Parts: sequence; structure tokens; C-alpha cells
Amino acid sequence: MNESEYLVFVKRDCPTCALVEPVLADLQGEGRALKVWCQDDPAFPASVTGVGEDADLEQSWRHAIETVPTVIRLEGGEERERTVGWDRAEWQRLFGADALAADLPDFRPGCGSKSVEPGMAETLALRFGDIRLDSRRVNIGELEDPFEACFERGWSDGLPLVPPTELRVVRMLAGTTREPREVLGLVPPDLQPCTVEKVAINAVMAGCKPEYLPVVIAAVEAALMDEFCMHGLLATTWFSGPMVVVNGPIARAIGMNSGGNALGQGNRANATIGRALQLVIRNVGGGRPGGVDRSTLGNPGKYTFCFAEDEEHSPWESLAVQRGFGQGQSTVTLFAADGVQGVADQKSRDPDSLCRSFAASLLAVGHTKFAFMSDAFLVVSPEHQRVFADAGWSKQQMLDRITELTTRPGADLLPGVDGIAEGMPEFVQDMDLPKFKPGGLNIVCAGGQAGLFSAIIGGWLASGDIGSAPVTREIAQ
Amino acid sequence: MTERLLDPTAELSPAARAPLPRLATLQGKTVGLLDINKPRGDVFLDRLQALFEERGVAVRRYSKPTMTRVAPLEVKQQIASECDAVIEALAD
Repeated sequence: MNESEYLVFVKRDCPTCALVEPVLADLQGEGRALKVWCQDDPAFPASVTGVGEDADLEQSWRHAIETVPTVIRLEGGEERERTVGWDRAEWQRLFGADALAADLPDFRPGCGSKSVEPGMAETLALRFGDIRLDSRRVNIGELEDPFEACFERGWSDGLPLVPPTELRVVRMLAGTTREPREVLGLVPPDLQPCTVEKVAINAVMAGCKPEYLPVVIAAVEAALMDEFCMHGLLATTWFSGPMVVVNGPIARAIGMNSGGNALGQGNRANATIGRALQLVIRNVGGGRPGGVDRSTLGNPGKYTFCFAEDEEHSPWESLAVQRGFGQGQSTVTLFAADGVQGVADQKSRDPDSLCRSFAASLLAVGHTKFAFMSDAFLVVSPEHQRVFADAGWSKQQMLDRITELTTRPGADLLPGVDGIAEGMPEFVQDMDLPKFKPGGLNIVCAGGQAGLFSAIIGGWLASGDIGSAPVTREIAQ
Repeated sequence: MTERLLDPTAELSPAARAPLPRLATLQGKTVGLLDINKPRGDVFLDRLQALFEERGVAVRRYSKPTMTRVAPLEVKQQIASECDAVIEALAD
């Protein structure tokens, strides 16, 4: 034991550290090789000599101190063992001193180390650790407002951004176990490689919490799937942008809104996850309005459009289950979506009547004379769900009925019919045309408990193989 | 204190990529006409073809399967190997 050296970490603010001060002085007096590091006051403990100042907490961080006091026994510079707090038997064993401090109580717990105070771990890891962030550093001038600087550099969608400091990005990256350098794919339109780090930077700017990052990463991966056709979706003159529907346990875990105002404002996760995806397209992909984004009018969902399905109250299997995922799996589904069109029906109490209301309203998607073009989502509210649940209707029954009700003779859809020059090509003349392609209409549940209103979300005219198809991706955690 | 931010963009070099040398003349050259499959792109390209052919310039026609995606690699390679210049009809 004689060749042992000891490191002791203390802070003045800790009563247990004050309690052990005479013990440390005695041990030093006996000639033990004792080095004390104090986190908050280099004059403490006054009765011990050679106290090291660890105000910047580098020593505490390097030795992974979580509690003070911590005693570490070293041999030849290598740690052999450690004890935390005051536990007389442990200290006696560690120092090989049987008669140590007989007058002190047997046990006192320690206090939290300053190096593990909230938010401190990432600061220290960034300062002393080997965290490497590859992105170019942008220095903001002393007199420059960092929020304005983000606008001036063209990073913003028009709303303020959280400035992506190194510390915020390191904290964001704590939300995933994936390597910052992992490349998720090439983001259109510039087809630039997108790393997890770039996603984290844009998630910081969007206002995400670290626990949202896995959802944002999955949304970016989904947007880069070939079937989703993000390039064309960005470039089109049509209204659409990516809408994100979250299913599975993560929605509740991160506090997403699937209830009242689910498609609206006010929930941080809903708002910032959708926004982060758009910022990745803008900043990493270079997709900007007036550049490759040529939308004639756009839609407000191009700032952000993200909500969770209300699986708890839904009478049906969820969108994710329909699309082949398990109930316990968390997923994102992306859809090339326009804005929200309301459907009011406060009188229907039987499912057929309500299907007729939905069908009549769905015919307006894109153009009343269009068929087999846009896909659509129907977001059914709880009071409308109840009409189907009370009658024992499955989602498939509802879809089948809406398909029947939205199938029309091609002759009614030709150019010139109803005095409207727009219409379907002549070859559909003798066909019966459903409004939507097979699988083109999707039903999800969301909304507040009151209101016999549901929502139609129409999609890009170029759907399916020639454009964008909805895609679903599991959220890796 | 100055603040350091991390660049959220792809950090594309600001130095613009130099364009290929321009053709001094179209005589003896082949011009590709690429239809991206938007309505009436063919009307525009048909007219261009007629004007080129009046002037004795060889023309080849190409099309993309859908305007919503970038041209397949094969189409790009075919144009590059068969033509000296290309004109793309973008709008309807």
C-alpha cells in the first residue's frame, strides 16, 4: 500500500467534504501522497497543503467525478479503485488505516460534483474531450446579433432560427447514438451529402429538443427515398411539400400533439420536427423558393407540417400498421401534401351518409374533373370516428365505400364537359374512373374531442410512379 | 465575445464551376433537343428542330421519362456522347 497515491475531489459547498477535512489533514500529516482538487474554492480545505484549483473542472471531467468527495487510489499513476462520499469502512480499507476517524459518523452521502451539473457535461466534453464536429465554423462579429446573422446568411425559412453554436449542436447530438459523420444520403436539389451532424445543426436551428432528433433523422431518410421524389416535389410549381405523420410510442414519449389543433400551431415537437426537415432541404440541399423551388403559390405547410396519429382513441389500426409496421414500432410517414381542406358534417349519424359527405368533398382534390392524379389523406376527427365505430365499420369498409362513391364515368370528366375546358384525356371516355389510385387515399385519426369536422389533405398532382408516393420509415432509437 | 456557429449548409465552394467552352459555330455540329415530358414541350422543340434543319444543323431528340425526376444517367450519357450542344424544353 505504501506506493499508493491518492486523488481527492471536494468542494467547499459540500457538508460531507467539510466533515472529512480533518481526516484529509491527518492523512497528509502521516505522510500519505495526497492530492486534493477543489472545485469551488482553492482555499479549501485550509488545513491541507497543495490543494489544486479545479475551477474549470478539467480534472473532475478527466476523472469522471460524479460525487464529492471522491477518493481515487492510484498505483504507478493508474487508478486502482475509488470511493464516493464518506464511508469510514471504505476509507479505512482504501488508505489501509484501521483507526481512521473513529470520532466521525459511519456514513455520510456525498454531494453532486459541479462537473455533472445540468448542461455542464456537454460544455466540458466540448472543451476537453475529443468530440469532433466537421462543419465549417462561421464566426459572428462581436457587434453582430447571431439571430440576424442567421437570416443574413440565408439559412432561414423566414422565421427566426436558434443560432447553431457548437454547444447546442453537441447537446442535440446526444439525442442519437448515430455517428455525427454518418451520411444519410444525397439531398436534392444540389445532391449534397447529408451527415447526422448537418441534420443536428438544422434541428438546433428549427428549435428541436435532442429527443426529437431520431424523428428528424428518420424524416430526412424517408424524404431521400427514391419513391418520395423529393427533388421533383421541391421543384414543382404545385403547392405540395413534405407532411410528416408520426406513429408509435415515440409520439407520446416526446409529447407530440395528436389531439386538438393537431394540424395547427402550439406544440413544440410537431412544429420543430417538420421545420427541421424543411431546413435540411433548404440548407443542405440548396432548395429555396425562387431557386429550384418554383411553386406558384406554395402553402403554409412548407414552413412545417408534422403531427402524430391519435392511436389511443382510434377505432382502427394505425397508418403505420396498415403500411406493414408493428404497433410497437415508431415510424414517420411522409406525404407530398398541400394544405388542409375542412369537411363539415354535423348531421350524419350513419356511416354511409358520412362517407357520401367525405366522397363529395374529396372530389375537389386537384380539380373536380381530375381522377387518378393526386393522392390524399383524410384526417378523421374523434366525433366522426365514432359514427363509424358505433356501426362497426372497419377502415377498409370506409375506403371501399368512398372508392365506389368517387368513381365516375370518364365521359363526365372530359375537356369541355360542364363548360370547363380542363378535363381528363379523351381515352378515358368509356372508362369508370375512381378519384384515387389504389392505395392513394389514406385515413388517419387525429383531432380534439369536440367537432364533427374532418380534414382532407390533398397531394401533388404527380403521384405514384411518375411523382411522389407516400413513404414510411422506422425511427431508429 | 464573438460567437462561433456551425455552418448548416453543404458548404459548396463559392468558386463557380467554369462552363464548358462555347461552340464557335453550329456548322457540322449536332444539337440535342431534350423533352422533359411537360405538356407542349414538344411544340417548342419541333419548332427549334425545323429552324435548325433549315440551317443544315443536325438534330437529335431525347426525352426524360418524367419531368419530376432528374434525367436518368443513361440519357445524360447518350446526349453527351452524341451531341455537341443540348437544348432542354423546361416549361409548359
